[in-house]
This record gives sequence, C-alpha cells and structure tokens, in this order.
Amino acid sequence: MSRFAPQIAPRLKAALAILVLMALVPVAAHAIGDPFLSVIANRMLVFAIAALSLDLILGYGAMVSFGHAAYLGFGAYAVALGARWGVTDLLAQILLGMVFSAAFALVTGAISLRTRGVYFIMITLAFAQMAYFFFVSQGSLGGDDGVALQGRSTLLGLSLDGDVTLYYVTLGALALVYAGLYRLTGSRFGRVLKGTRENSLRMQAMGYRPFPYQLVAYVIAGCLCSVAGVLLANLTEYVSPAYMGWHRSGEMIVMLVFGGIGTLTGAMAGALVAVGLEEVLAAFSEHWRLGFGLALVLVVLFSPEGLTGLAKRLGIGGKHG
Amino acid sequence: MFNLFLLQLLNGAQFGILLFLVAAGLTLVFGIMDFINLAHGVLYMVGAYLMATFAGMTGNYWLGLMLALPATLIFGLVLEFLVFRRLYDRSHLDQVLATFGLILMLSEGVRILWGSAPLNVEMPELLSGSVPLAGPLKYPVYRIAVIAAGLASAVGLWALINHTRAGMLLRAGASNRPMVAALGVDISRLFMLVFAGGAMLAGFAGAIVAPILSVDPGMGESILILTFVVIVIGGVGSIRGAFLAAILVGVVDTVGRTFGPIWLRMVMDPSAAAQTGRMLAPMLVYLLMAAVLFYSPTGLFGRRGAK
Repeated sequence: MSRFAPQIAPRLKAALAILVLMALVPVAAHAIGDPFLSVIANRMLVFAIAALSLDLILGYGAMVSFGHAAYLGFGAYAVALGARWGVTDLLAQILLGMVFSAAFALVTGAISLRTRGVYFIMITLAFAQMAYFFFVSQGSLGGDDGVALQGRSTLLGLSLDGDVTLYYVTLGALALVYAGLYRLTGSRFGRVLKGTRENSLRMQAMGYRPFPYQLVAYVIAGCLCSVAGVLLANLTEYVSPAYMGWHRSGEMIVMLVFGGIGTLTGAMAGALVAVGLEEVLAAFSEHWRLGFGLALVLVVLFSPEGLTGLAKRLGIGGKHG
Repeated sequence: MFNLFLLQLLNGAQFGILLFLVAAGLTLVFGIMDFINLAHGVLYMVGAYLMATFAGMTGNYWLGLMLALPATLIFGLVLEFLVFRRLYDRSHLDQVLATFGLILMLSEGVRILWGSAPLNVEMPELLSGSVPLAGPLKYPVYRIAVIAAGLASAVGLWALINHTRAGMLLRAGASNRPMVAALGVDISRLFMLVFAGGAMLAGFAGAIVAPILSVDPGMGESILILTFVVIVIGGVGSIRGAFLAAILVGVVDTVGRTFGPIWLRMVMDPSAAAQTGRMLAPMLVYLLMAAVLFYSPTGLFGRRGAK
C-alpha cells in the first residue's frame, strides 16, 4: 500500500472491533436461542454510552463528578414526560432529555466548577441527590416507585418494540457518540481540556481561561449521558428515580476506571465488561456486592497507581483514545 | 401554630446535632488529610447496629451504649489501619473508588449479619417520658437528652481543639500539614487519633438515634450525603462551620418540610401550595448549599484559596 494511506490508530481499530463484535450478539443470541442475552448486551451498550460521556469530564477534564447518574435520570424522565405529552419520537425525546440536562448541567456546573478537589466531588454528589429528590417528590410520575411506560418510542415512524431493532439503534447511538467524542477530544477544544488536566496554571499562562472549556465539557457530557438514559428507559420500559441514585454514579466511575480512564476505547470496553460482570455476579449470589466491593478495595490498595495503573500495565490505557 | 413551629424547631435542632456528630470527624479528615471518605456514614450505621445488638443482648440501654461506643471505636481503628492509611497519598479518584467499594462491602455485610429488616432499640425508662412545653404541648425527654448530649460533645470538642496541645497540633495540621510534619510532629499518629475520635462520634450519633429511628442498612447513606452538604456549607476542616451548618441544615430541612406548604399557601391556592411545597422541601438544603457556594466557594468558614 502507498505510504500516504491514512493510518488508523490501533485504539480506533480496537473500538471498531468491539462495535463489530457487539453487532454480532443478536445473531449469536438468535442462534443459541437465548433472547435474554441480547437484552443484557443492550444494557452493556447503554452504559458504554454513559461511561463515554463521563470519560469526557473525568478522564479528559480531570473533574471527578460523583453525580453523573442524574443525567441518566433526565434522559429516562424525558421519555416518560415525552410520552405523556404525546411526543413518542426517539429523536425528539433525546432532544428533550438534552434540554433538561443542559439546563441542569449549566447551572450546577457553573457553581461546582468554582470549587476543586473534595469540594467538587461532594457538590456534584449533592446536586445529583437534589435532582433525585425532585423526581421522588413528583407524585404524578410515580414518585419513589417510578412509572411503567406504555410502550417504547418510535424512531422516525419506525417502531422500537422489537428487541433487535432497539439493540441496533443503541449500537448506532454508541458508534455516533464514540465518533463524536473521538473528534472532540482530538480537536483544539479537547487539547485545551487535556492541557488543563495536566497543568491548569500553565494553560492559564498561555492565555486560556479553563472555566468556559470545563463548563462546556460538563454540559456536553451531561447531554450525551441523557441519550443513554433515553435508551435505558426504552430498554426497561420503566422509569424510576433509582436510575439516578448515587450508587449508580459510583458504579459509572467504577466502569470507567475498569477500562482505563481518559481513553475512549477503554471507557467503552470497561462499561461492557463491568455490566457483563455485574450480571454474572448477580446471578451467582444475591450478596455479590460484598465480593465486588472487596475486589474494588483490594485492587485500589494493591495496584500501585490504583486501577488506572493496573489498566496501563495491561496495555489498555494510553495517551490517546 | 407557634407551638408547632417550636416543636419543629426543636426537632430540627435535634436532627442538626446528629448531623454535627457525624460531620465533626469527617470535616477534620477532609481538612487535615485532604482525604475524601465516602464510608464515614457506615460508621454511623455500624454504631446503631452495635447498639441494637448490645442493648438487645444485655437488655439494658446504658450497658449497650457503654459497649457500643468502644466497639465502634475499635471498628474505626481497624478500618483506618487496614484501608484508609494506605489511601492518604493517593488521588481523589482512588479514594473515591476504594471508599465506595468499602460502602458496598460493609452495607452488604450488615445485611448478611443482621438482615434487611429494620431493628428497634428500647428507650431507657429514665428518658422515656415527655415534658410539658409551652401550653398543652409536650416534648419527649429522649429527644431533649439527644440535644443535650450533642451539645455536650460539641463543647467538649471545642475545648479539646482550642485548649489542649493535641488540639493545637490539629489546628496547625489543618492549615499546613507539611509544615507541621517538618516540625517533628508524627502527623500520621495525630491523624489516627482524629479518625478514631471521628469514628466514635459518628457511632455515638448512630447509637443515640437508634431508639428514635429504626435501624436499617440504608441509614448510613442517607445521612452521609446530608453530612457532605453540612461540610460544604461550613467549610472543609472547620468544626465551628460544621456546627453552625449542621444546625442550619437540620432546622431548614425539618421546618421546611412542615412549614413550606403552609407558608406557600399565603401566596398561592392550597393545592398548588401543597404540591410545590412537597417538591421544594427535600431540595431546600441543596438550594441552601448552592446559595452559600455561590457567595463563597469555600463555605462559610473555609480557608480562602483552599483547594
């Protein structure tokens, strides 16, 4: 081949391989006659979108948000509210979820980004909890118990009632989010974000004000996560405040770190593996959290740089996603 | 109406005192070691469970309390020795992950050991009556005792921090840790003491609240997040800030839930007022936090220019 042929980064190749592999799951599930397999795989894809969105702020922006699950909830409630208002198109519901998320992220992000370190972690957690209690108090939306949806959304007239249709729509959304974030993190915007992560003071000396970049990244991450929420609600046909509980935020960080932080392919792979592992462990014992928690503590304690270091040593982490 | 307000004010103060007991140790841990510990609420829960167990075993509230306190202290020390001391020099992300793992593990452990069903603790006979308060209104003695015990702890803590050598080192450590270490103070031992003290205070809060609330595996998590709000409002590392913020959050939360709808009724029609009130009440403390942060990003008594 000509040496002028475009080089495809190995990490991008890995991402493509994962997407192709995931595209084969419904076929395999059909072949072995286990439709539940593709439901689990669909769940993996949904959380891969969520983990990718979190990676933008946590991995590339070094903003440890402990409230990212709130946006999953905004997306899910956009489906419930949309259906109530007669809006059943998936794209319209995604737009609605993004509007909710952008508004919330803009206000809470502007306040949270005034702080650093432990403050930022606690504040993002508290704001997510505020959103959680807001939906708990909405009696018309089922309050604490949540609300079952009448049916799934439609995509430009196409019904998503079939599990396989929804699966490929989710896969398409994941591929789009990955591609978008790949471009974004490689752009000037992404470089400023990464520069701020490495050394905020130097970036300021170079004439960049980190705040607007960080805030925009925070809003984008929230909006993208709400896409995962819209798809999650469609998958389960159920919406409840439990989607935005703080355990979920913690699990999302674990997923991200699982695959290697600050790399998009790692975030995607981490979510796929973590959700799959959760399903397996949960089937194995109802007390799976005991083992999961213990494993988490042990890995952080005994891998010198934490999970991130372990991932790096295994060659999953790297410089560019 | 005034009586109801007084009642809710007292309930709010009592809730605030509990929040303070949990927040006091945690704010010092954050302030001195710059260490984020999500698992502090677990100590509160463990305190309550140990109280339920020991009080049930001995059949005596006071004996139960006498046993539960040192047991929580030891539990806290074991956690510090096994896990936390290895995390001080790590990134915040590692601290979040490890302490989150600890929560998952310990909550599930409690579920396995004691089951998911709520437990009850008998109130001691001495404190089980109620006293008349303005007019026909009565207030349970036990809640007054909780307020008194919390205030006594706060005064003790204040004396300890402001008038003892250990307290002096602690204050110095909170404002500049490397400098204190350079002056030859064993900062990790100092921190162990702070951590153990904080664990016991959180356990104490869990133990004394056990007869009023039911003891269940979720109790540590619901108080943890409010404790964070308290610490953020008060300013990380400030005991005085934690005390004022805890009382503020306790009163705003309790009074807001009862009086929010009543006050809203003055400006809107009753059904809308009831609905808006129900919606706003649980969000009030978070809005309070947002307002304080907007005004001062390091909280009311936080150090300027701190992280």
